[in-house]
Amino acid sequence: MTEIFGVPIQALFGQLLIGLINGSFYAVLSLGLAIIFGLLNIINFAHGAQYMMGAFLAWIGMTFLGVNYWWALMLSPLAVGVTGVIIERTMLRWLYRLDHLYGLLLTFGLALIVEGLFRYKFGISGESYPVPETLAGGINLGFMFLPKYRAWVVVASLVVCFVTWYVIERSKLGSYLRAGTENPQLLQAFGVNVPLMITLTYGYGVALAAFAGVLAAPIFNVNPVMGSNLIIVVFAVVVIGGMGSIMGSIVTGIGLGLIEGVVKSGMVANLLGAIFDEVPIVGSIVYPVKLLFSPEASAVTIFVIMAIVLLLRPAGLFGRER
Amino acid sequence: MPSAAAEYLRVTDLHAFYGESHILHGVDFTVNRGEVVTLLGRNGAGRTTTLRAILGLVGSRSGSIMVNGVEAIHLPPHRIAYLGIGYCPEERGIYASLTCEENLLLPPVVRSGGMSLDEIYQMFPNLKERRSSQGTRLSGGEQQMLAVARILRTGAQLLLLDEISEGLAPVIVQALARMVRMLKDKGYTIIMVEQNFRFAAPLADRHYIMERGKVVEEIPAPQLESRMDMLHEYLGV
Ligand SMILES: Nc1ncnc2c1ncn2[C@@H]1O[C@H](COP(=O)(O)OP(=O)(O)O)[C@@H](O)[C@H]1O
Ligand SMILES: [Mg+2]
Repeated sequence: MTEIFGVPIQALFGQLLIGLINGSFYAVLSLGLAIIFGLLNIINFAHGAQYMMGAFLAWIGMTFLGVNYWWALMLSPLAVGVTGVIIERTMLRWLYRLDHLYGLLLTFGLALIVEGLFRYKFGISGESYPVPETLAGGINLGFMFLPKYRAWVVVASLVVCFVTWYVIERSKLGSYLRAGTENPQLLQAFGVNVPLMITLTYGYGVALAAFAGVLAAPIFNVNPVMGSNLIIVVFAVVVIGGMGSIMGSIVTGIGLGLIEGVVKSGMVANLLGAIFDEVPIVGSIVYPVKLLFSPEASAVTIFVIMAIVLLLRPAGLFGRER
Repeated sequence: MPSAAAEYLRVTDLHAFYGESHILHGVDFTVNRGEVVTLLGRNGAGRTTTLRAILGLVGSRSGSIMVNGVEAIHLPPHRIAYLGIGYCPEERGIYASLTCEENLLLPPVVRSGGMSLDEIYQMFPNLKERRSSQGTRLSGGEQQMLAVARILRTGAQLLLLDEISEGLAPVIVQALARMVRMLKDKGYTIIMVEQNFRFAAPLADRHYIMERGKVVEEIPAPQLESRMDMLHEYLGV
């Protein structure tokens, strides 16, 4: 069997696919956070809970109302987006003039309440959501087996990310968004209804989280804490990419997912070992680094990268100093 | 006496606050249709704040602001623009994340009858040349042209221009003077906040002098010569 640096090629591709899928979720979620932070100046700690709500609403819709996956993919983000609009109108609105910290605390509190309510109602054991029939099964690519649904998740995420990017960077509406991020007062003096734009932007960012949640439902266990586990990693992604950068969050999300996959395959540790193990002194210096990038430590890879990036570029890879 | 119909803007007993600081203490003035009027005064007299208060960009405000017969004091800023007001802020407000042309196209059209993009490019050929450059990469003079040009597209008839000649080379200041004259000929109503008295004097029909958040004098252009001493005293030049 073919191996690359001691990793069977099947295993490597398997991990890369997992990395790509995780990366897709990181990208969609950090994109939403970036848009919200750009315009509202608020670090939306409720993002994970809103992702969870997206998945749960899909499950509730299917279980109690017979709403199928495709409808859920539209309706669930819409419903969660509406809750976002209400939250913005009734709560976040009062915090814009204050420090970031207040928005963070409020949204963190909301996340705890929402997760608590779902835990109370549905327990923590979790529910499973079936893969939609049209996307069941997979394709044999020769070097690996590709489940159709996973391919769909990657494609759908990328399309949503790039359409969002295109609208923001290239359209008239996007020029309002960029201007609103830079100097909202002047934009409003020109006649743009900035408060409405802010409300809808929060709604859209939140809807993106819910969209990711519905995509995730057939892959992961649907449970009340599914968001809080993921969102910590997503915040690291956002910090690495640079808060508020649109393309930065997409590229960083996908990239870090892939890196995580490669690390999990064991290739990085093998590679470091192959190069440095025999070298005196250097080998023992590199040894702890090798451990940090070993498959067993793959859960912390992103945080290690975050620490390095913060040391070298405090504003993140794509961020501008404010 | 100008008739009420000719009156484009009437500001009465305008007070403005930034948080706890009370900045404007009862500003009164009027601007008639087609007039060019200046607000003169020392730094900190409250001229910028007066423009921002008209637009609703201060913390809070009271008094009366009649624009074209509509009371604007309780309207949110995005509605005030639709009364036909265009604003060129002191710091120019060119957006770095937008290209020159995106900056130009940014302000929504608030009235019919604004200039077309072609007309604007004819008037400011530099902007056409640099249309795809990042807004803040333009020279100071070009940025100032852009800041004024983008409100000519919107159909606004009342232009609030804050220190447009500030910090620019003499040739550019002359070009701006020609531009203001051309806009006046086209029938625009203009309020200019100016530090550069030599720039403003030949352009304006009337001058208002502000001090400590109030209008303290009104000088029609024909009386300017005879009241120069008083003016110098107020402006401290
Ligand atoms: N954002 C603000 N917050 C608090 N005070 C302000 C603010 N902007 C201006 N001021 C104060 O208001 C006064 C008038 O300022 P301004 O209107 O800018 O004067 P001018 O344009 O005539 O130079 C000054 O004392 C200034 O310090
Ligand atoms: Mg000023």
